[in-house]
Amino acid sequence: MFRNQYDTDVTTWSPAGRLFQVEYAMEAVKQGSAAIGLRSATHIVLATVNKATSELSSHQKKIFKVDDHIGVAIAGLTADGRVLSRYLRNECINHSFVYESPLPISRLVIQLADKAQVCTQRSWKRPYGVGLLVAGLDETGAHLYYNCPSGSYFEFQSIAIGSRSQAAKTYLERRFEGFEKYSREELIKDGLFAIKETLQGEKLTSAICTVAIVGVGEPFHVIDQQTIERVIESLDIGDEDAPPPAVAESAADEPTASQEPGTAPMDI
Amino acid sequence: MAGSYGSTLRYKNVERIKSIGKHTLLGASGEVSDFQEILRYLDELIIYDNMWDDGNSLGPKEVHNYLTRVMYNRRNKFDPLFNSLVVGGVKNGQKYLGMVGMIGTHYEDNHVATGFGNHLARPLMRAEWHEDMSFEEAVKLLEKCLLVLLYRDRSAINKFQIAKITEEGVTISEPYALKTFWGFLAFQNPTKGAEGSW
Repeated sequence: MFRNQYDTDVTTWSPAGRLFQVEYAMEAVKQGSAAIGLRSATHIVLATVNKATSELSSHQKKIFKVDDHIGVAIAGLTADGRVLSRYLRNECINHSFVYESPLPISRLVIQLADKAQVCTQRSWKRPYGVGLLVAGLDETGAHLYYNCPSGSYFEFQSIAIGSRSQAAKTYLERRFEGFEKYSREELIKDGLFAIKETLQGEKLTSAICTVAIVGVGEPFHVIDQQTIERVIESLDIGDEDAPPPAVAESAADEPTASQEPGTAPMDI
Repeated sequence: MAGSYGSTLRYKNVERIKSIGKHTLLGASGEVSDFQEILRYLDELIIYDNMWDDGNSLGPKEVHNYLTRVMYNRRNKFDPLFNSLVVGGVKNGQKYLGMVGMIGTHYEDNHVATGFGNHLARPLMRAEWHEDMSFEEAVKLLEKCLLVLLYRDRSAINKFQIAKITEEGVTISEPYALKTFWGFLAFQNPTKGAEGSW
């Protein structure tokens, strides 16, 4: 994509029928650090790579709990992501207040998509520069959606967005057919493996990623570092290609020498 | 079955039980015009719910809480809807029964009542209700309560409807009357014990 005379305003069409500002917003998503999601019949796992600008700083929070039954992972402009998470939380709270019952995720993502669409059709606004992986439950089961800056949303069995997500996508594409029947442990394992793919050689530790899960009977929560470290170790013990189905409890719970278990650089 | 005009029981054909959506029944006592207004609100609610067309639907719990919000908000504005509502239904095998009053008081229970029913019917239901009653047993208990109310509540008439909701669907009976007995000796000569009184 290069600069042209139709890309100044979001309200200007190009002769080829494109809205360049919206497409540029999608680019911002591709530049953000990776986020992946995968779902089974009863659970959804979200995982993100924690990219910090320097060794001295903390990393951006990319996974947000929206309600007990819904969570999001974001990629792109994290500030936009934070604002949209606040909106999502508000919608869930309002629904719960009136109906004493959780807002079905399929309705929430439509509301979110409509909100994003508004920003593609007002000359005084700009599209949100963030892609959201929305994971949650409704009456019909577990769902994983991807909401983009354009205002469209799609449902996925599994998805990877952000920088170097193609490697993760390739891995997921090879294995997604089995996901529907996966146990929650298998989901977490494959999620971590997919994250590993995006790191391209860098060592996978629990400090460099965040993993969250939501499922039937399991409220949305971020999985603690120790558990993740154990799963990572079982990945290393197992095959390069396919993680073993059972989680092997490793004898030495010793993460890398520079870290103590349970801490990450300024994990706020 | 009755709609009042002040203290006169004027309208004897009012249907005070309606079905809401696929999963809920709503019964009302009090001001009929306010009940009709509530039905309009609920109609709109159900239409918007159906428009999502996504496999999710509002169940009795949601309807009950929505009505609680409506009643309480109106009460706060000093413009209440003058009704007491009974909300019941079944969704995904889960049974639900609740009540909302005109000031927003709300609760769930195995048996609920409005107005005089709270004083006359609920004690009977407390004594005789049990889990796993058959439909016939339940109707007998209800009719027992309705009979007591017919005898003792001056704003009752001998015209009733019983409604049933299950996972399969809703049935609201045609109006019918209960057998009453007024042949008590004490009624034969009412002024017997107090000559000159009326």
